[in-house]
Amino acid sequence: MALLELHDVAVGYGPIRALKGVSISVSVGEIVTLIGANGAGKTTTLKTISGLLNPTAGDVRFDGESILGVPAHQLVKRGIGHAPEGRGMFPGMTVTENLEMGAYLHKGKLTDEFERVFTLFPRLKERAKQAAGTLSGGEQQMVAIGRALMSAPKLLLLDEPSMGLAPRLVAQIFSIITEINEQGTTILLVEQNAAQALRRASRAYILATGEVVREGDASDLAEDPAVRAAYLGIETET
Amino acid sequence: MTLGAIYALIALGYTLVYGVLRLINFAHSEVFMVGAFGSLFALHAIGFDTAHAPPHGLVLVGVLVLVVLAGMIASGVLAVVLERLAYRPLRKRGAPRLAFLITAIGASLLLQELFALRYGRNALAFPRLLARSTAFKIFGAPVQVPQIVVVASAIGMMLALDRFVANTKLGRGIRATAQDPETAQLMGVNINRIIVVTFILGGVLAGGAAGLYGIYVETIRYNGGFIYGIKAFTAAVLGGIGNVRGALLGGFALGLLENYGATVLGGEWKDVFAFTILVVVLMFRPTGLLGEQLGRSRA
Repeated sequence: MALLELHDVAVGYGPIRALKGVSISVSVGEIVTLIGANGAGKTTTLKTISGLLNPTAGDVRFDGESILGVPAHQLVKRGIGHAPEGRGMFPGMTVTENLEMGAYLHKGKLTDEFERVFTLFPRLKERAKQAAGTLSGGEQQMVAIGRALMSAPKLLLLDEPSMGLAPRLVAQIFSIITEINEQGTTILLVEQNAAQALRRASRAYILATGEVVREGDASDLAEDPAVRAAYLGIETET
Repeated sequence: MTLGAIYALIALGYTLVYGVLRLINFAHSEVFMVGAFGSLFALHAIGFDTAHAPPHGLVLVGVLVLVVLAGMIASGVLAVVLERLAYRPLRKRGAPRLAFLITAIGASLLLQELFALRYGRNALAFPRLLARSTAFKIFGAPVQVPQIVVVASAIGMMLALDRFVANTKLGRGIRATAQDPETAQLMGVNINRIIVVTFILGGVLAGGAAGLYGIYVETIRYNGGFIYGIKAFTAAVLGGIGNVRGALLGGFALGLLENYGATVLGGEWKDVFAFTILVVVLMFRPTGLLGEQLGRSRA
């Protein structure tokens, strides 16, 4: 069953057409990855799904309903969690306060939610009282993902979680992403680190200049010579 | 010190709105002015005019609370009306920042002239509510009862605001919006509601300041907000615009400094001294004494 569907979605920034009819679908329980070069429209796609941008054409359906025109702040309630590009820290707030912001619409105690996040990211428990702006890049990324999980979303949007992290941390973040998925959260993962993303995902879409140029099973794409040359930086012998 | 408390309360309105919207609300001085008129009319409504003898005891406390509350309500309502009629339509259209600034100045002049037409260009007097009796002396300087009332009430209001911003859910929403409005929306924060709350808070504090001003200065005229508004703005910049505690510090610092300047150079130099401070701060420390904290600074 499709949890999220984009049909021919077009988005423009003024005269610039950032997305030219993108169609993707994500089924319940999947990890789907969206890969492509800088400026291909990956972040634009995520921002359109979470309501920060309005498409000029096409339809976005979540959980069987069109969510076109639903303001961003109401989509959290429907079950979309978004860890944005650049981590989107509230730098002057503590780690705890940042996490509480993730459950802004939630009334009552957050014991279970905190428990889940601190189990996934024990480091954040140590840093609970520290201002988010003073954390390292990896820790900030943990806050961003943990914060998005605080609303117990059905769909988690991750925008380049590996950006700017040391290789050891990249591997750790990706294994946690798999763990979150195994706990039952559907994930749409935007990445430039195509090798890791294709290893973790079940299906993948490749975006270039606002269009889907390839789609398929992640393992098939990872084997494809053209994909390997263009996105994995690996020359295959012919 | 007493005027400093009033500057600080008004400065909070500039700082809160700037933190959330990156907008200097130049109509805020008129929000203050209208609050003072609100306080005066509330006194008239219960039959207090300049001929009335000062009240005593519980009646006095009741009247003082009424004056401050009336100012808060008048200013709070005006601040929300301004946001709805003047700023929100611009925001919806994604207007450039300059349009907001010009709108703010336009709204400011419009309000001044409306009040000038309706209530004349002369100052209106408040009835005396608190006798100018000396309560005690610090280093030989007399401290009068009205000064104590003004400073104590102002500090009370500031503490209430500080707690509100630090500890409530709405307060967290305000801080989140100031630090990263886009991510705040992703968390479920309704930015438009936060903006209205911010204008209400700023308005209520300016109204509280206006009530205290009425009690202390005992006169108001149509352009009476201008000089207080611009001094409060100076105070906000002095402390670091966008920073709640900076506004408090800036307000009190400005009040003390200009008083000092007036003593050394003579009373007519008071305003010159105050704005010289603004220029010097902008030259050497453009982010103010405490820097910007509510907003996007890195922790």
